[in-house]
Amino acid sequence: MGSGSSVNPTNYKYSLQKSENAFKAAVLIQQWYRRYVARLEMRRRCTWRIFQSIEYACEQDQIKLHNFFSYLMDHFTPSSSKERDFISRMFISGESFKEAELEKYCDYESMEVPDSYTGPRLSFPLLPDHATALLEAFKQKQQLHARYVLNLLHETRKHLKQLPNISHVSTCYSEEVTVCGDLHGQLDDLFFIFYKNGLPSPSKSYVFNGDFVDRGKQSLEILIILFTFLLIYPKEVHLNRGNHEDHMVNLRYGFTKEVMQKYKVHGKKILKMIQNVFCWLPLATLIDQKVLIIHGGISDTTDLDMLHKIQRNKFISVLRGKKRKESNKDVEIQEINGESKVETESSESESDLSLSPQPRPAPSITNRLEFSKWLRQTVQEQIDWCRQLVDSESEPEEPTYSSVVSLTELDTQCWTHQEEWKQILDILWSDPMSQEGCRVNTVRGGGCYFGPDVTNKILEKYNLQFLIRSHECKHEGYEFCHNRKVLTIFSASNYYEIGSNRGAYVKLGPDLVPHFVQYQASKTAHTLTMTQRISRVEESAFRALREKLFAHTSALISAFKAYDKDNTGKISLSSWAMAVESVLHLGLPWRMLRPQLVRSTADGMLEYKSWLDDLAMEQRSQEHIQTSLLEVIYRNRSNLETIFRIIDRDHSGLISFEEFRQTWKLFSTHMNTELTDDGINDLVRSIDFNKDGNIDFNEFLEAFRLVKQSQ
Amino acid sequence: MGTTSTVDTYSNVLEFLCCRIRLKITSNIDASVVLFSVIPEIGSIVRSLGCFPTEAELHELLAEVEEEEPTGYINLEKFLPVMTKVLLHRSYQPIPEDVLLHAFEALDENKCGYITKEELVKYLTEEGEPFTQEEMEDMLSTALDPETNTVHYRDYISMLVVDET
Repeated sequence: MGSGSSVNPTNYKYSLQKSENAFKAAVLIQQWYRRYVARLEMRRRCTWRIFQSIEYACEQDQIKLHNFFSYLMDHFTPSSSKERDFISRMFISGESFKEAELEKYCDYESMEVPDSYTGPRLSFPLLPDHATALLEAFKQKQQLHARYVLNLLHETRKHLKQLPNISHVSTCYSEEVTVCGDLHGQLDDLFFIFYKNGLPSPSKSYVFNGDFVDRGKQSLEILIILFTFLLIYPKEVHLNRGNHEDHMVNLRYGFTKEVMQKYKVHGKKILKMIQNVFCWLPLATLIDQKVLIIHGGISDTTDLDMLHKIQRNKFISVLRGKKRKESNKDVEIQEINGESKVETESSESESDLSLSPQPRPAPSITNRLEFSKWLRQTVQEQIDWCRQLVDSESEPEEPTYSSVVSLTELDTQCWTHQEEWKQILDILWSDPMSQEGCRVNTVRGGGCYFGPDVTNKILEKYNLQFLIRSHECKHEGYEFCHNRKVLTIFSASNYYEIGSNRGAYVKLGPDLVPHFVQYQASKTAHTLTMTQRISRVEESAFRALREKLFAHTSALISAFKAYDKDNTGKISLSSWAMAVESVLHLGLPWRMLRPQLVRSTADGMLEYKSWLDDLAMEQRSQEHIQTSLLEVIYRNRSNLETIFRIIDRDHSGLISFEEFRQTWKLFSTHMNTELTDDGINDLVRSIDFNKDGNIDFNEFLEAFRLVKQSQ
Repeated sequence: MGTTSTVDTYSNVLEFLCCRIRLKITSNIDASVVLFSVIPEIGSIVRSLGCFPTEAELHELLAEVEEEEPTGYINLEKFLPVMTKVLLHRSYQPIPEDVLLHAFEALDENKCGYITKEELVKYLTEEGEPFTQEEMEDMLSTALDPETNTVHYRDYISMLVVDET
């Protein structure tokens, strides 16, 4: 020790204690903080699950709707020629026009652009200046004149037709390749990417991996920009088709609506053209023959040689792979889509329940042997029940994905339409899973789930290093799986709600090592603290969930009653959780979510009727519409809208009262929605008729969205 | 959670697991083998069930449920009773507000109601189970008053506690 200062023992003891206290205090604070963050993370994950489940359930709805129409085609005997016309119309829409017809129908040359138009004027071949002008115009919220839109689409189509199904990119020409995932009409994200990464140019290659449209409000602007750059820099810009590059999907998810709202006169032509551009988009991109980029994923039967050779433009909509009169293939399609309902004449009620087995009373935990045995039995039962919910068919042996589609009958010349369709469906709709194998994607209703073994098999077969895909929203904008052999890249930030997730893009150099850039393109998101962000997204998720619950009120009541044999009006919270899952099929942890959904309970028992009434109070917007009617509309809103748009062939936004009635009748019979004739009349009466017996269905549907907006 | 019965608790755990593994169930499922990767999942599963162990406690838990030859999988049959026991005994309780206040006060030498940024950073990144740079920045982003560069801990605590409910 040094000289001089003597160490006062009391001081020493005091300072020792002080530092001990400080240490303890620090530990406490750190522990508390970490728990707090962990809780936040848990809430965030929960919220995520909610949004994702609802999103995928909606996609499933879409497939079901399709099956409904297919079913109609095959089984329904129209009672009048009017009805026959009516139904066949639904299927004619979307057939591909012959070349000459298309040119004639979507002719733009005779369109005059008035002098008063101040937007960008395009001339072909396009130059980089045109692109900058477009970007600037869209920043100023201007709209491109319909003539130029159509012209651009024509040129794009001409260009795409020459491209092979699988684009090839090489990193020796442009040092770096940037790959972007889903954009979903979020123009701000695309602007950000260009701002941060630079515009496409001879030294800057881009691959856009599908899903440019739907959900976001600026899908058309994104298409215009992407197509423009595609034509200016054909060697450097590559586009892959996504599952949303499909007019049948666009009918439901907002792109069709957006185009019609922005282009009231020429929207129909524009949509027709786009339909025929989408089917010409390449299906995949290969970088250096080593990295395969596809929108969705792969399956164990993915065959790149087949993909190279098929005529991709035959598949205007990937959802309707089935042709009429291919009788023995019909069965397989239903199974691929995981939907066996359609085959049966007797329509299965939507509230068909499989009650979860109630666990028997547990023996004392001290009797280890007994407890263990009881545990094993109960666990097995629960798992079996869960499995039933996942697979709607109860097959004695779970079919592997490829066994479902028989690939035995090969024509002398080439593959069947069936096989080709399956290849494309898999590429655009599949998702990776952590388990080995390849299973039908029952959640989405299209494509499959592929495991790490499938990935390895395909990578080995074609001598690839890894896959890049999109299709699934990821919290950080990107995620690896399958031992870093599959990369998901998602470029739409704040996808579910402001603050829900980041977007990202990935850059690859000749070493093919991925470098990521993440972002969140919203000023609001930055000013919120982490807690506020999570709370906000959470609120949004629970609102959506409560609406879903309300939309299934009748089915829920039946389910609750089944658990309330003595008719007390109350059920246990356990039963509540099981009943709700059996009705909604969202695969959510209801017990965990319960505190946010069920406010008051008495001794762990819930009065279900009053709970449902409370839910109804939240949703009621139109006083004069009965709750039960409202429920039916809510539950089928998305389907209703899609059907409307299909009927409304000329995209005028108006359908006749008669058409509406007929469709609704057909739909409700098949879906067993129990809406009487009076009910339908009530429904129609609640709409404002001032257009000669026509319904402006946009208004009608908006009326039921008012509740959300006013909150 | 508020439940005390074994069955309810175990059901909570099972429900959670079934949700997580919903998409991973195959026909070959054997009740004793559930496929989910070990360490990252265990932590989040435990936390989502209302428990907040430290890293050390988590590793202890893991040791109890892992297989003799770690395959990366957890035996569901082993996991459920252990997890249920933990929840029933509520091993990892949350920290009450006043205890937390005391802790901050212990670091507040002059008892003035706030701690300077430098001091807080020093304590939390050098003492105890030190924060990483990221954790420190995260906490400061909400806790720090940028004008005075201090953390008024009373306000901070009450703000976060409100959010919890």
